[in-house]
Amino acid sequence: MSKLQNTTKRDLLALGGCAVIYAIFQGLIGFGVIGPFWELNLILIGINIILAVSLNLITGFAGQFSIGHAGFMAIGAYLGAVATVKFQLPFIAAILVGAGAAGLLGFLIGLPTLRLSGDYLAIATLGLGEIIRISILNTPYLGGATGLMGIPRYTTFTWTFLAVIVTIFFIKNFVNSSHGRACISVRENEIAAEAMGIDTTKYKVMAFTIGAAFAGVAGALFSHYFYIAHPASFTFMKSFDILTMTVLGGLGSITGSITAAILLTFISAALASYPEWRMVVYSLMLIILMIYRPQGLFGNKELSLKLFGRLTGGKKRDVA
Amino acid sequence: MRKGKFAKFASLAVTGLMLMALVSGCSQQTSSDVVKLGANLEMTGNNATFGQSAKNGAELAIEEVNAKGGINGKKLALIVADNKSEAAEAANAMQKLITQDKVVGIIAPIASSSVIAGAQVNQDNKVLAISPTASNPKVTVNPDTGKVRDYLFRAAFIDPFQGSVMANFASKSLNAKTAALYIDNSSDYAKGLAQFFKETFEKNGGKIVAQEAYLAKDTDFKATLTKISSTKPDVIFVPGYYQEVGMIIKQGRELGLNMPVLGGDGWDSAKLPEIAGAKALNNAFFANHYSPDDNSPAIKAFVAAYEKKYGAKPDAFAALSYDATMMVIDAMKRANSFDPVKIKDELAKTKNYAAVSGSITLNETHDAVKSAVIIELKDGKQTFREKINP
Amino acid sequence: MEAGSIAHQFVQQLINGVSLGSIYALIALGYTMIYGILKLINFAHGDIYMVGAYVGFFATSILKLSFFPALLMAMVVAAVVGMVIERVAYRPLRNSPKIAILITAIGVSLFLEYGGMLLVTPQPRTFPAVFAAELYNFGGIVINSQQIVILAISIALMIILTYVVQKTKAGKAMRAVSFDTDAAKLMGINVDQTISFTFAVGSGLAAAAGVLVGIYYNSIDPLMGIMPGLKAFIAAVLGGIGVIPGAMAGGIILGIIEAMVSGFISSTFRDAAAFGILIIILLFKPSGLMGKNVREKV
Repeated sequence: MSKLQNTTKRDLLALGGCAVIYAIFQGLIGFGVIGPFWELNLILIGINIILAVSLNLITGFAGQFSIGHAGFMAIGAYLGAVATVKFQLPFIAAILVGAGAAGLLGFLIGLPTLRLSGDYLAIATLGLGEIIRISILNTPYLGGATGLMGIPRYTTFTWTFLAVIVTIFFIKNFVNSSHGRACISVRENEIAAEAMGIDTTKYKVMAFTIGAAFAGVAGALFSHYFYIAHPASFTFMKSFDILTMTVLGGLGSITGSITAAILLTFISAALASYPEWRMVVYSLMLIILMIYRPQGLFGNKELSLKLFGRLTGGKKRDVA
Repeated sequence: MRKGKFAKFASLAVTGLMLMALVSGCSQQTSSDVVKLGANLEMTGNNATFGQSAKNGAELAIEEVNAKGGINGKKLALIVADNKSEAAEAANAMQKLITQDKVVGIIAPIASSSVIAGAQVNQDNKVLAISPTASNPKVTVNPDTGKVRDYLFRAAFIDPFQGSVMANFASKSLNAKTAALYIDNSSDYAKGLAQFFKETFEKNGGKIVAQEAYLAKDTDFKATLTKISSTKPDVIFVPGYYQEVGMIIKQGRELGLNMPVLGGDGWDSAKLPEIAGAKALNNAFFANHYSPDDNSPAIKAFVAAYEKKYGAKPDAFAALSYDATMMVIDAMKRANSFDPVKIKDELAKTKNYAAVSGSITLNETHDAVKSAVIIELKDGKQTFREKINP
Repeated sequence: MEAGSIAHQFVQQLINGVSLGSIYALIALGYTMIYGILKLINFAHGDIYMVGAYVGFFATSILKLSFFPALLMAMVVAAVVGMVIERVAYRPLRNSPKIAILITAIGVSLFLEYGGMLLVTPQPRTFPAVFAAELYNFGGIVINSQQIVILAISIALMIILTYVVQKTKAGKAMRAVSFDTDAAKLMGINVDQTISFTFAVGSGLAAAAGVLVGIYYNSIDPLMGIMPGLKAFIAAVLGGIGVIPGAMAGGIILGIIEAMVSGFISSTFRDAAAFGILIIILLFKPSGLMGKNVREKV
């Protein structure tokens, strides 16, 4: 009982900490210290954190490779935009519609495909992501190749920050719940988990659905910031980007995903002035980081003060 | 997994984000004797071929102006930002050029969708953007309000003009009664052209017998071409970009599709005859801004300078981006100021500007009004066929 | 449309499909070998195909080599590139989580694409006329001599490969490493060398495909490998990954499906159909058409 109280207290403390961070950044934006360009990047970082953390639930905690996350993001971006543009619904409804639709699709897709494992699942999800994108490209109602335009800019730093906090809290608590433990057991050893009476399909689909729903949230935030939802924003390269953040941060480490999302978005922005070299540097960095830290920056550890001492000597763990 | 490490998220986020705040605070350096122009172009991603051509064109323009001493004693500098061929990234790059680099004007992306995504940033920050090629009417006119976007311009024709020019050419000069459309489905430019071609062609009493699509970077078109050939159209309209168009014409001719093939300014490249083969290109026509037969010294000088600097012949993207850059520079000269708003005002007044791609006048919706020429390809050579005034 | 015309169209589409499929097959052969031995989706394979096309291009246009020397040169250069990639980027990660190698493969792929773009500019290049295409017309059914050459070369390479893998010592080592790396090591097989050899062969095959495709479509650019790479992987999975004749069959089937979908349904759903087929195959016969079912052991 005391342990539970302890956890709640820590959560409250963390919430307080978040409020302080929010106040600092909102203040910096308000006083113009953070200009529009970096505000935009802050929002992009927020969106990427949601994507990376939600994919971490699927790939890191439940152990299911997915390279189709951009597809769910696209669903959220488009259907959220349809809600505001075609039905004049408020923004919160758009986010919920985006999350709901992406989650539902994640459920429908997950049910049959999650029988696959490893590389096969990876390539199947890649295919599904592309099918979603091609379907959008061929739907005139959604704007086709021109993209869906005229989306109001509702996404602000406040909205993004709130969404990030909700995502992190939800996924962190899910992982620490009995459902989350079941997901981790599926990752560690599916056959053993099944032998222990865990309905592995149920937990895999559950993680997949939740992850997809949060990708939908990220999509809705994304399209309501850039005035447009365009099929080219959701190719499998975007899925690779998200996967890279998740793996680079460390599978099974929420703090890792957050760090990697910040780091990679920041690097991408910093290299914007050297367009010819940007992708070359980015790719080299990816290769070098993976060779030196194949388990990701934090492995499956969460960032803590203790960890700083051990960061260089983290134990290797085979996820596959 | 340990519990309750959530509080540490805070410290992490703060370290990372503070760093950003720091950089944002100190990365704004301005030099007083250099005036910056931005270029928000497709340097990577699917449209990198076009974006890099456009960058070359803009670079050449700036180099020439600087060689002549710049403007009012100030040199120009081109700041290029990559939009990765994505609409959202284009908005991002626009934001960066305006707020970080403090440019006074921007060469906007190639693709209409990318320009539209960034348009609001230009409007909000009062810095003009001129797209070399974006041809969708919505680029300069906000579809929601029906109002002209003050800060958005283009150096290209709009889709309705080019599409209907080719449709009229098909029904009047080629006496075509039926036509097949083969459209680059990933490009709003191609889709726009096809739509207006179809409208005009049907108004002229023609019939569209097939409407097929491909995607950029496709290489095998034979299956669809076989399907088109079974409908026996009088002409085929392929409003795409030269790389795919070249392969389409080559493969189509092999399959015995010998009818005239028509297209738009996306065809203009020295690569087209190389890819398709000179023989296959006979009986092919496209709308363009200028004809190489044109002996205007401006065109000759441009082509020579471009070849000297880049070792390749300029395509339509390079020419139009050169023009767009020169138009902005011309507006600066006329405004006698580097104030973005004044440059915008002068740019809107552009009239009969002698550009490489013809004499350009910007109309009230900020579209370039210029005459189009229809080019016929004969043994791989572009030859003048007709001139159509707007 | 009358019946004769449909039959005529069907035959032409079949030819279109087989010719497209033989290109997928050619790339898939190398893909399937590398997957077979390392269990790694080598996303960079499509880019090695691009590298091969460019080496072939420079060999024919600048060094003025004729077709066969150029092809050989492209294969050798790509084989070296493949071995270097394996040595530098994949070998250090052989005992790491699989997903880390996958990310590295994506990194290598991006590096080749954009490094290539930096080196040769993104402008498309066209091959000089190395060998001319001749057209054969049988009552309206058109076949191009290059299509026949590509099909013949891919069948020949498939047979050579099958022979190498089944009969030679190096092939036996490859199969042993693929079956059980540790046991192979205990048996005195030089695992590193075998994997290196596999990469060399696989990359050489990709380069051959690159040169042939470059000549056939007459247009190459640094991003040309992305889609064919993906499609070739689908073909390899379709045929049964790790199975050499399977890659061939998978490629041809995928080509025919794409041609039929474009010809009789709509070209816009061609890629969706390809991915759809992939998913259906994976769900109902994950080992592919020609693969053996392997049951998971505890």
